[in-house]
Formats: sequence, structure tokens, C-alpha cells
Amino acid sequence: MGSRSAEGEQVPLTDEYDALISTTDVELLKRAWRNEKAAPEILRFESDLIIRVREQIELMEETVEEKSTVGTDPLSVSLYQMDLDRTLFLLRSYLRIRIQKIEKYMFHIRKTEELWNRLSKDEKFFTERCTDDLKKHLEESVLSTLPENYQSYERQSVISEEVDMVPEPRLDTFVLCRSKEYLTGIQLEDGPVDDRSKLFEMEPDVLYFICYKSIKPLVESGKIDLL
Amino acid sequence: MAGQSDHELSLFSAEELEFIAEDEIVDIVPNLKMDPLCLISGDFGPFTPQIVTQVPLWLAIALKKRGKCSICPPQWMTVEKLTQVLEVERDSQEMSEHLPFHYVEISRLLFDHARDNIPDAYMVRSLIEDIRDVRFHKVETDLEGFNGRTIAVKIKNLSAMEVNIVRPFIGRALQAFYKHDSSELIPDPERAPDRRPQVAHNAPRRQLRR
Repeated sequence: MGSRSAEGEQVPLTDEYDALISTTDVELLKRAWRNEKAAPEILRFESDLIIRVREQIELMEETVEEKSTVGTDPLSVSLYQMDLDRTLFLLRSYLRIRIQKIEKYMFHIRKTEELWNRLSKDEKFFTERCTDDLKKHLEESVLSTLPENYQSYERQSVISEEVDMVPEPRLDTFVLCRSKEYLTGIQLEDGPVDDRSKLFEMEPDVLYFICYKSIKPLVESGKIDLL
Repeated sequence: MAGQSDHELSLFSAEELEFIAEDEIVDIVPNLKMDPLCLISGDFGPFTPQIVTQVPLWLAIALKKRGKCSICPPQWMTVEKLTQVLEVERDSQEMSEHLPFHYVEISRLLFDHARDNIPDAYMVRSLIEDIRDVRFHKVETDLEGFNGRTIAVKIKNLSAMEVNIVRPFIGRALQAFYKHDSSELIPDPERAPDRRPQVAHNAPRRQLRR
């Protein structure tokens, strides 16, 4: 049946670990959801995964529809519906957290290429409209009435050398994470220079509170999960 | 805007933790006959009366609510096992590793929905509460040992709910240390577009705790 979740196996996975254990797409979505919830900045949109999950949801919706008209046992129909609702919740929550982050940091995201490229097509469209509208609103309601030197939405005044009025995520937030494998040689971006050569090790399945900045690349490559 | 923390974004609510815990697998003994369920989250069943099968907790509870199965409590949820765990927890400052990550949520869900399937439910419940208290006390005393030189905190065998309780505190404490440690420049959190000095070359030596 097409709605089986083991489909994740057929898709080439970048992460070796994933290939080893057969993880369902729901599991992967749950991980993406937790990472997104815990990370201070917006992460890469899991486009392939989301497409697969959407397909499975659609299929399941059809199945449930069909089953309830055919008059299958109402108990099993309700169980299918529950499973569907759980997946829908995960998907919606995932998309919603991203939107919250976009709303909070939209100007920053829009002008930072690296972040911009992490958005989905729809999110890009949303961000564009959002930034345009907010900018227009700020300008029309306040900025246009201010003295000329204070009319930028990005800078406090023309004297400001850099953009200093755009909220950015704090990458020095401490996050909780867990590694699946033994990781060595994590460079902590902190401490005195001579100390930086000292590498940090992570044991599998042990929880660490650590500065997000230091493990950012490992979160992006999927080696570490946030929780 | 400035000074506002991002923590409300990253915190999991108790309901969300419960949601996560509901995916843990448990054994059930169905009392109905039903074809296998091919769900998005996996295939489960077939269900045959008196034949033990494994399902996620949410499915077990859904069946239990309709009186269609009994749930076998997990192995660690017995008076004998829990008494041992409690002893171990009391004897050492380390967190014991005998409990699953979601033990608080799992036991809570089972008490709420399948109390009649848990032998000595009253004892089991009070043991779990004792264990929770002992463990939490240990976490608290551990936190006292915190200092400004802590760069990362390693926690072994802390459960999901415990993590969630200490998360805001540890997160903010570490962040405050971090901030005040970078003596001269305190970058304004919300707007620090300047990737200026990668925070303090002269910060005192930090060490990894525990």
C-alpha cells in the first residue's frame, strides 16, 4: 500500500546513519520538527521530506474517506484518522514554527543569502510580501514623518555605520543536543585562542547543553539532534 | 525587542512531550480481531485476541479506551524494578540509566488510562514519584555547582520531562555567564549584526563540567 511509511528507505538519504536503520518519514519529520523548534535560527526547509509526507497524508485521507464510505469497521477508521491527525499536527507545527521565525527575523532573512536559500518557495513568497508590507507600514505610519536623517527602517539614523535596527536570531543561545554517534574534534568557537585547539568530544546518547554556534554545522549535517 | 529571549520558541510544552512519548512502543493483548493497520507512522497488527502485539502508546490507549485491549506495563514499571532503581538513585549522585527517556510521560499516561492493567498500581505510582523527587533533587544540587567557566554541560540519563524543567534555567544561566564573561563587549542580543570579535579572546579558561 502506497501509504506505508517505509517509503523513506527508497529515497536516497544523505545520512549514512539513516540508511542503516529504516526510519519512517514521520520519524524524520519529528526530528526536523524538534530541531526547528530548538534552533534559534531558521534551518533548511526539508523539501523532499515534506513532499513525501504530504503525499502520504493525501493518500491516507483518500483511504480514510474510502473506508468510511465502504462501511469498514468504524474502530479501524477512527484509528487511521488518529494516525492521520498526528501526522498533520507534526506537519502544521513544523510549518508554523518556521513562519514564526520568519515573522520575527524577516528583514534579516531576506537580506542574508544563506538564510534566504533555506526557505521553501512559498516561504520566500510570504517573506517578500511580509517585508514589503511591514516596510511600507513603518514608512507610512512613522518614518515618513520623522526628520530626514531618521527615515530608515534598518538604521537608527544616517550616522549608524551598519544596519542596527534589524532583529537577528541569537546564535549564542544555549541549546540541548544529543549525538547519535561518538563525535570528536568539535571545535568550540569560544574561549581563549590557545584553548580553541582543545577539541570537544561528544558521547552518543548523552545530553549536552552547548552554545548553538559551536555545533551549528553538526546540526546542519544531521549529525546532532536538538531537543 | 532587545533583551527578549528566544526561549518561548524553543520550549516544548508538556503536551508536546506527551505527544512525543506516545510514539513509544508498548505490548498489548487485544481482545478483538482486526486486520493489520498500515498507518503513516508504520504497520501494526494483525490483532488477534490473546496474542501479544506491539503498538505505539497512543494506539494502545485508543484501543484501551474502547475496551479492546489490555496494556502490558513496560518491564521497568514493576514494584521490584522500581525499588531497585530508587535504591540506586539514592545511593549515587549520578542519574541511573535504568529508566527510559520518557518515563514520566509514559507512566503518567498509563496511570491515567490503564490503571487496572498495572499490578500494585498504588505502590508503583508512589515509587515513581519518589524516584522523580530524588532525581530532581540531584539535578538541583548539580546546578549549584555551576560557575562562569562552564562552557558546556553534560547530562547523563536525564529524562525528557526533567530536561524540560531545567532547560530555561540552564539555558539562561549559561547565556548570562557567557555574556558577562566576554568582559568588554557585550553585543546587544537582538541586534548584533556586527560579527565583531568572536566573543572574547581574553575570556578566562572555561572547562567542561563533569
